[in-house]
Amino acid sequence: MLTKSNSARLSLIAVVAATLFLAGCQTMKERVLDSSADGQTSVQLRSIQTRSFDTSDKAKTMRTVIATLQDLGFVVDKADLDLGTVSATKLNGYALRMTVSVRPSESGKSMIVRANAQYNSTPVTDPKPYQDFFVSLQKSLFLTANNVD
Amino acid sequence: MKKAWFATLLTTLLNSKLVAMKKLIACTAIIGLLAGCAQPIPPEALQFQPDNLENRQLQSRKYDIKSEKELLTASNNVLQDMGFNLDESNMPLGVIVASKSRDATEAGQVAGAIFMAFMFGANAASYDKVQKIRASLVTKPAATNNPIEVDVKTKSGKQVKFDQQVPMPNSYIVRVTFQRLVWNQKNVLTKIEGINDPEIYQEFFDKLSKSVFLQAQNVN
Repeated sequence: MLTKSNSARLSLIAVVAATLFLAGCQTMKERVLDSSADGQTSVQLRSIQTRSFDTSDKAKTMRTVIATLQDLGFVVDKADLDLGTVSATKLNGYALRMTVSVRPSESGKSMIVRANAQYNSTPVTDPKPYQDFFVSLQKSLFLTANNVD
Repeated sequence: MKKAWFATLLTTLLNSKLVAMKKLIACTAIIGLLAGCAQPIPPEALQFQPDNLENRQLQSRKYDIKSEKELLTASNNVLQDMGFNLDESNMPLGVIVASKSRDATEAGQVAGAIFMAFMFGANAASYDKVQKIRASLVTKPAATNNPIEVDVKTKSGKQVKFDQQVPMPNSYIVRVTFQRLVWNQKNVLTKIEGINDPEIYQEFFDKLSKSVFLQAQNVN
């Protein structure tokens, strides 16, 4: 059997382990603001989620975004040409929700496309899914996706 | 999950040796830290797959009609015929979003649930009760079979060749996609999926063809 000091030490370790478990989760403030998403800064996240395309046609870009989303199995939730946003959801045993916004760049010569995704109830912060999305989009747009500084 | 884990932890605490325990706790603590609250997104979720192309063909149909607006009106009529309610629309982008709630009970599943309840008690029984069916319908101008071949030099000096599609007058493509969410009798979400049954799309487009014809004849 365990001695007294040993069992005290064990319960201490158990408490520490439990705290570590709970620490993996976030507080409400962090969840609302997504302030500590994998230690990424919002600048990093923006560059992952944003590409620019050499076209001045906003409507065409948005229609292509919608077609790409449909190709990937999404059903459109909302679309607004004036605001330049499209939201869509993919249901495939999981729920993947995306909002894509399209706005002209300052020069007006290119369109800046930003996408953000939510997988079930977590934000998608991994660069790879966004790369996949922009690869599909640029194929349908017949244009090259450029990184935005 | 966590509760069950702690139960095992406590029982092991009482029964096993100190060193083994320390290792176990350290390992689980590390796993817990790494796992956090997140689950990973499946890698193919945003990749273009061969079956995406199949679905595109299944879900699209070309119509000869004067304007995109008329096609959207005809489409909206068909969706209303099928009992859908409009959620969202954007004419300039050719988008209509509609949904409906319907019964989801199936005889076989209910029979299975009765069997489960008989064998394992009422809590073991589960059968689908209600479903929400969502549809998004998108129109776009159709392209001719003769694209213009374009050969341009990009800013970075790369030579690129591509086919510029030429819009076909008075011809538009409709693409409709359905998906559904199913809840069981305990109001728990049991299924979320896209609907890719060819017969459903076939019948939808048959209805739309009739509606487009009536629209062209101005019969309502």
